[in-house]
Amino acid sequence: MIANAAGKLPTVAPQTSESRALRAEGITKHYTTSEGTITAVDSVSLDVAPGEFLAVIGPSGCGKSTLFNIIGGLVDGYEGRVSVAGETVAGPHASIGMVFQEESTFPWRTVVENVAFPLEIARVSRAERLERARHFISLVGLEGFERRYPAELSGGMRQRVAIARTLAFEPKILLMDEPFAALDEQTRLLLGDKVLQIQQQLKQTTLLITHNITEAVQLADRILVMTYRPGRVKRFVKIDLPRPRSSEIVSSEAFGRYVAKIWSDLREEASRGMQDEETCKRQSGGDGA
Amino acid sequence: MTRDRVLPAALGLGTFTAFILAAEALIRLGFVNRFIVPLPSQVAGAFARVVAEEHVVARFFMTAGEALVAGLLLTAVGISLGALLYRVALLRAACETWIAAMASAPIVLMYPLFLVIFGRSAWTIIMIGFMAGLPPVILKTIEGFAGTRQVLVNVGRSFNLTRGQQFVKILFPAALPTIFVGLRLGLIFALINIVGVEFLINFGGLGQLINDLAERYDLPGTYVAICFVILVSVVFFEVTGRIERWLRPAE
Ligand SMILES: Nc1ncnc2c1ncn2[C@@H]1O[C@H](COP(=O)(O)OP(=O)(O)OP(=O)(O)O)[C@@H](O)[C@H]1O
Ligand SMILES: [Mg+2]
Repeated sequence: MIANAAGKLPTVAPQTSESRALRAEGITKHYTTSEGTITAVDSVSLDVAPGEFLAVIGPSGCGKSTLFNIIGGLVDGYEGRVSVAGETVAGPHASIGMVFQEESTFPWRTVVENVAFPLEIARVSRAERLERARHFISLVGLEGFERRYPAELSGGMRQRVAIARTLAFEPKILLMDEPFAALDEQTRLLLGDKVLQIQQQLKQTTLLITHNITEAVQLADRILVMTYRPGRVKRFVKIDLPRPRSSEIVSSEAFGRYVAKIWSDLREEASRGMQDEETCKRQSGGDGA
Repeated sequence: MTRDRVLPAALGLGTFTAFILAAEALIRLGFVNRFIVPLPSQVAGAFARVVAEEHVVARFFMTAGEALVAGLLLTAVGISLGALLYRVALLRAACETWIAAMASAPIVLMYPLFLVIFGRSAWTIIMIGFMAGLPPVILKTIEGFAGTRQVLVNVGRSFNLTRGQQFVKILFPAALPTIFVGLRLGLIFALINIVGVEFLINFGGLGQLINDLAERYDLPGTYVAICFVILVSVVFFEVTGRIERWLRPAE
């Protein structure tokens, strides 16, 4: 491991001639529940080139987290194949780092101990890992909170701790499941800038799951729009906005066009989702849950 | 900060004093028979005598020592068994129910069996205490591990932790508060049984003293001895609390 972010650069060069850092082919996942079988994800295929930033967007319940967990190697019992640099993966992969949708900080560790966790596992010396952890803590804007416990932070701050912890792992491939969902719009934009900066610096291959259109267009090279139940690929949208980008781009005209385009795709799916849930409620009758 | 600590302590002490005063008044006014319950003031007066004449300090350390050994056994064996049952689903499905049943079984009545195995020694007392405290430790350990949030386990897996690291760095600290609930319950059960067996087999520490003094119809003395049993329990609560805060300082 290398002391600073820039030092990692040389190791990121593709190891094989494989032009896909990350590839998922025909991913299908069924869940068996008391009400029968649900197809959460249906034959989703995607490719992410080395250093590319792909955003996956879709309505709530369309199978984004399921796809995220499958690519991260945390779920099995699916059809299809996931490969990293051409090599099929089964189980968690050493070059993949994940930021989870749910609250995932360790409540028994302070902020700095949380962020230093992956370095501790990699047997980095104590002094060095604390220093590196501080770097990532300040990156997500939490300096001064190093010695606090998660219970003493707000939900958005805890999520930033989780982001810093995964960044400290310096993964070649970064998977994030709605990492900014608990943040207010301003923090979301600024933190998006930071993540983008690091991602560009490290040439990290990134897959970001979100249901926020602005966020997806601000950050991504390409956006995968998913359909609602079963989760399928509706469309890939290439975002041709200049790099380096900052959150100021949000007010540009081209940005607005992309947002409008994706919104029209999503609106169909989202309203299908809402109708679906209403019929579900009606069918399940008065049990009110 | 200091206010937060002083207020509960003052309230606790106040309630305790009020309770003692009420008992004193009820007995003096004849609502409670003083030949069954001695006056608290008499009990207080008997402290010096019992401490001087009945080797209370030595007995205190004897009972506390037995409880300590039982507690260490509970920690080592109980948590290991709990971890094992958590890991091996078949074993858990097979055993969990009867371990729960064992929690309500009056193990102390099996003391003749223990006497045969361990003789009339401290080991009989320790082993009965240990057996009595085992079920809550095992059950709470299983509960603690099983209750670990899946996402925390997933974080560990995403960082490529080995099974051992997963256990030491994630499952164990996550389960710790629940395990400590089990340990405290286990210690309470152990102490009750230890004092009970000392009383029954007339051997060793404070339990035997209670037996002795009660047979001599020294009621104030008996209550003094009971106060020392309570002291043992207070000490153990305090110590386990400190160990827990040291191991997991967040709470
Ligand atoms: N463990 C499970 N058992 C049964 N069904 C599940 C399970 N996990 C997810 N599902 C179902 O699969 C579908 C997709 O869930 P998933 O969590 O992937 O959605 P999502 O797109 O991440 O939603 P959100 O945006 O709300 O996080 C849902 O309908 C859900 O009910
Ligand atoms: Mg999700």
